Amino acid sequence: MSFLEAQGISKAFGGIQALETCSVSVEAGSITGLIGPNGSGKTTMFNVMTGYERVDSGQVRLNDKAITNLSPDKVFRLGIGRTFQLTRIFPRLTVLENMHVAAQRNDFKGLLSRWSSTHEQQRAIELLDFVGLTSLKDLQAGNLSFGQKKLLEFAFVLIAEPKIILLDEPAGGVNPTMVNYLADRIRKLNQQGITFLVVEHNMEFVMNLCDKVLVMHRGTKIAEGAPAEIRENPAVLEAYLGD
Amino acid sequence: MRIYKIVGLVLALLIALAFPLVSPNPAVTTVAVFTLIFAAAATGWNVFSGYSGYISLGHAAYFGVGGYAMAILCQDWKIQGGYSAFWLVPIAGLVAALFALPLGWIALRVRRHTFVVITIAMFFILQLLSYNLRGLTNGSIGLGLPIPIDWGGDFYDIPFYYVALAVLLLAIGISWWVRNSKYGLGLLAIRDDEDRAMGLGVTTGPSKLVAFIISAFIVGMVGAIWAYFVESIYPASGFDATFDVAVVLMAYLGGLGTISGPILGALILEPAQQYFTVEYGANGYYLIIYGALFLVIMLLLPRGIVPTLTDRWNRIQLARHRESAPPMPAMALSTGSGAESTDRKEEINL
Repeated sequence: MSFLEAQGISKAFGGIQALETCSVSVEAGSITGLIGPNGSGKTTMFNVMTGYERVDSGQVRLNDKAITNLSPDKVFRLGIGRTFQLTRIFPRLTVLENMHVAAQRNDFKGLLSRWSSTHEQQRAIELLDFVGLTSLKDLQAGNLSFGQKKLLEFAFVLIAEPKIILLDEPAGGVNPTMVNYLADRIRKLNQQGITFLVVEHNMEFVMNLCDKVLVMHRGTKIAEGAPAEIRENPAVLEAYLGD
Repeated sequence: MRIYKIVGLVLALLIALAFPLVSPNPAVTTVAVFTLIFAAAATGWNVFSGYSGYISLGHAAYFGVGGYAMAILCQDWKIQGGYSAFWLVPIAGLVAALFALPLGWIALRVRRHTFVVITIAMFFILQLLSYNLRGLTNGSIGLGLPIPIDWGGDFYDIPFYYVALAVLLLAIGISWWVRNSKYGLGLLAIRDDEDRAMGLGVTTGPSKLVAFIISAFIVGMVGAIWAYFVESIYPASGFDATFDVAVVLMAYLGGLGTISGPILGALILEPAQQYFTVEYGANGYYLIIYGALFLVIMLLLPRGIVPTLTDRWNRIQLARHRESAPPMPAMALSTGSGAESTDRKEEINL
């Protein structure tokens, strides 16, 4: 059963049609890859799914409930977390403060309380441990290396206990050791029930990690299937090597 | 470290409480009252602009509204000069906060530079209204406030000093709470990347508006004390654009988005300004000295005193960490491609 589904999404920016009646779906509990050449509309699809862009037409559904054009904060609270291609952390906050931003609870009492309460502090440290950043918790996040920023972004999305995480090029610009580490973390979380949708250009990373791969080209989906099938798919080869 | 902080704060408070008793010279206490007034105003301004990153250049509007509210309430309720007028200070703050609700709602529909321009425009609209709503504000002649005739020249500053100190302490308390609460953390996240903050569940619109209103409340109270202290208010003095410049400079000098920065900035700039005005006011050189001093500070400490010093401390810490720390734990674990690990890192309860 589809957990997150985009049906017939169209989105244009001026004269550029970024998505054209594009449909993708992600099964609950899966790690799904979303690949395609540059400009094929992968990030736009992420933006539409997470409320950062409004659709021109089509529908986004989470667990069979329509979430089309909801604002990003509402989408996040429904259980969809995401990371960005160019890491977006809060550079002037410390690593620990970054973790607590995503732990926001919007009830009145929650907002009045101190962010460094014992329970949440423990949870934040646990997750920093999980990505190996605990020793850097009091540093300003802007001082971290690129790879460490990726891990921090990944960790602070986790603190809100999302049901599905959309990762936009998690391995981009990250050294191979860190890439393996990240893949390992994703598998662990997936075993605990979190669904993943991963946009990535590193084919080895995608093919080793994902259960299913979706391929986009020129704003629409051109193929989907198991990694081995996608490798041999002529339409995919054409999209990457053709034109 | 924490104990030193507490001892330092208690000492600072004791010095502030004892200051007018130790130094009763009215020339000095007058400067002290203005310094406390501007420290509270800069702290209030910082609660919104410093934490959210939305630079308002129109808070003089709420200073003016607070001052006029004080004058009008004193007139209408026939309040005599004396201690009783001070009870109107929080009411004047509330009036300013009420004005800030619709104005903030409109201004916060845009971001960054456009927001700055809108706040300036709103300031000029209120200034024009104060000139033109003659029935309420008495136009360009302005309004007088009750004079506490029982207070002699030596004593006159003292009540204002303590009331201004109380408002400053309240402003610091609010600023401290905002900086340490989840709500405030959301504001700081908005300052760094508003869209990202929204994508992590921060309700950015209401958060900014609440900070704007809190900030106007504090600045409105400050305006009320100031108007009562100088005994009159008219459009050019109540809605004074240089107030905005002064408050922003103080916050920048001390450190934007910090609790102590705006107070430090006010403690340096306001007495300096008063001193230069007295010493060099006749020939106008004080403006050159004031400007030159500010340029030197901006060149040497462009982010303000507190953040620059904190940054230097952080860099030392980072250098120490890099020298002494073993390779990142993450890297140590990463040699396999998903090999099972049994340490506690795997036991995340999701």
